[in-house]
Amino acid sequence: MFIISETIYTDKVKAERVWNGIKSKISLSQQKNLFKAFLSEIKGVENTLFTYIKNIFKKPNATNIDYSNKDILKISQVAKMVGREKHRIEAFVRFKQTKDDIFIATIEPDFNVLPLLTHHFKDRYADQKWLIYDMKRAYGIYYNLYKTDIVTLDFFSKSNTGINQDDYANNELDFQNLWCTYFNSVNIKSRKNTKLHVQHIPKRYWKYLIEKNDI
Amino acid sequence: MSFDRISEKLSILADAAKYDVSCSSSGGKRANSQKGLGNNTGMGICHSYTEDGRCVSLLKILLTNHCIFDCAYCVTRKSNDIKRAAFKIQEVVDLTINFYRRNYIEGLFLSSGIFKNSDYTMERLIAVAKKLRLEENFNGYIHLKSIPGTSDELMREAGLYADRLSVNIEIPTVSGLKLLAPDKKHEDFIKPMKKVKNEIIQYRSEHKIIKNTPRYAPAGQSTQMIIGATGESDRDIMYSATYYYKKFNMRRVYYSGYIPITTDDRLPSIKTEVPILRENRLYQTDWLLRFYGFSVNELLNDQHKNLELDIDPKLSWALRNLEMFPIDINKADKSMLARIPGIGMQSVSKILQARRFRKLDWTHLKAIGIALNRAQYFITCNSNNFFHQDRTPLKLKNLIMKNSKSKSAKYFSNQLSLFS
Repeated sequence: MFIISETIYTDKVKAERVWNGIKSKISLSQQKNLFKAFLSEIKGVENTLFTYIKNIFKKPNATNIDYSNKDILKISQVAKMVGREKHRIEAFVRFKQTKDDIFIATIEPDFNVLPLLTHHFKDRYADQKWLIYDMKRAYGIYYNLYKTDIVTLDFFSKSNTGINQDDYANNELDFQNLWCTYFNSVNIKSRKNTKLHVQHIPKRYWKYLIEKNDI
Repeated sequence: MSFDRISEKLSILADAAKYDVSCSSSGGKRANSQKGLGNNTGMGICHSYTEDGRCVSLLKILLTNHCIFDCAYCVTRKSNDIKRAAFKIQEVVDLTINFYRRNYIEGLFLSSGIFKNSDYTMERLIAVAKKLRLEENFNGYIHLKSIPGTSDELMREAGLYADRLSVNIEIPTVSGLKLLAPDKKHEDFIKPMKKVKNEIIQYRSEHKIIKNTPRYAPAGQSTQMIIGATGESDRDIMYSATYYYKKFNMRRVYYSGYIPITTDDRLPSIKTEVPILRENRLYQTDWLLRFYGFSVNELLNDQHKNLELDIDPKLSWALRNLEMFPIDINKADKSMLARIPGIGMQSVSKILQARRFRKLDWTHLKAIGIALNRAQYFITCNSNNFFHQDRTPLKLKNLIMKNSKSKSAKYFSNQLSLFS
């Protein structure tokens, strides 16, 4: 009885008009939070965003920092979660150099943070071609030395979540081994603290970390 | 290059460098120019964590572990019978660049044993940094160790390529240094520190006039002390830390619990446990001094030479000064709020912001996230229900400890262990 579904098509013109309206009403950091909350893809967040946006247009002069309002509180909390995930992915991306000289990393972030990452990696790796691919959402960002593009590839699948050793560039495996050597040598055994270790690198990220998967 | 040999060197020289605690990669703002490699936004990133829970942000290695000195506390001292190795300059550059390109690290932390003399060693360290900056157009983070006794000219050059420079003072007292490191002189540590401090001041003031003046060590300088090797008191440690903060504008002083690595009559026995909790209390004190407006003689003085291990230093101070409490959350100024046990600086600013709209009561404070299990005995708020002070410091301390679960409680079991 309740499974009547309705398809809604994105109307770019209207969407842009609403977004421009929002931009003229709230501060830049609030706009960012709004976008982050949207990227969280948390169930029900759309309704929160909807009532929040309605309120922006209804009361244009509100300061929007009253955290006793539950929509404002929720959005700022969710945005914080997404921000943390973004920072973790910036840390945990591990590039592998391939034969055709592209540095490729695959990730499975909790939230859809790829759009937030582009800037960071583009500034940092301006002189190398790179690709970061989100396995969960089946799309990636590719940088070709000039600009970044959103790409979808058939190459990756559930059974193929990374680059095969045959496709590695010449010294790729050697550097991975060196990294593992380094990681194991900096550990101080007499100070072992597994709880803290797992708190900093939750186990769900281990799959794509070279140092946690000895080759 | 031969990867097997590099791998062997890396394991020796990373192992020898791991006792340096500093790993921060923040503060060194350096934007990517002309499509180079790396872009430092001034915000550090921890790319991994070791199994002991420390952050791995930089490639932290020694250039060599050959050393002409014989400091008792150090693994690389010349009388120690260990495998020795040395990197070539190009090898360090290649490792750094290739690790950075794969997003393993934020940059390089390069230290070294002293071979031949101080200047000869420092020249090699600078050569690595220079090559990375000028030939590889590398904008990642570089932390160089200043070798004690280095000449002023080399220190000036080092700061032009490095983001941070540091000399480890290692032993907090001059007498301890004489005992454990007879070859090293206190003045040798001070000299490069002084030079770096003066250069930073000079370059800053020039930068104000001429905008394209190169920046000198933008992330400042830091130092490190070993804790628990020479029986010094917490007061000695913190007074000497305060001295370095004030005198040399240190960004950070690191405290490293002594890890027994050798049998030597001058040092604690090899079975001594690492004083992890003491280290933690010292860091808490350090934070109170730098961010909470405490001065060192309030926390440590002739009557209180050591910090209490079972409670944090702020609570300890509050119990000694009960007459200053209770504090009214809705009226007290910022500096007093910061002195309440269980309230951190984040909570302080939240309280200041929230009390503009309404008077705060217990539920508000709980929502803000302050540690009421400690704070409740020291504050009043918009409620008639508050703790009436009629207890002695000792009783209050026991009450707080009974009602809270400290992560360090395992160190203070009242039950004596049968086998120890």
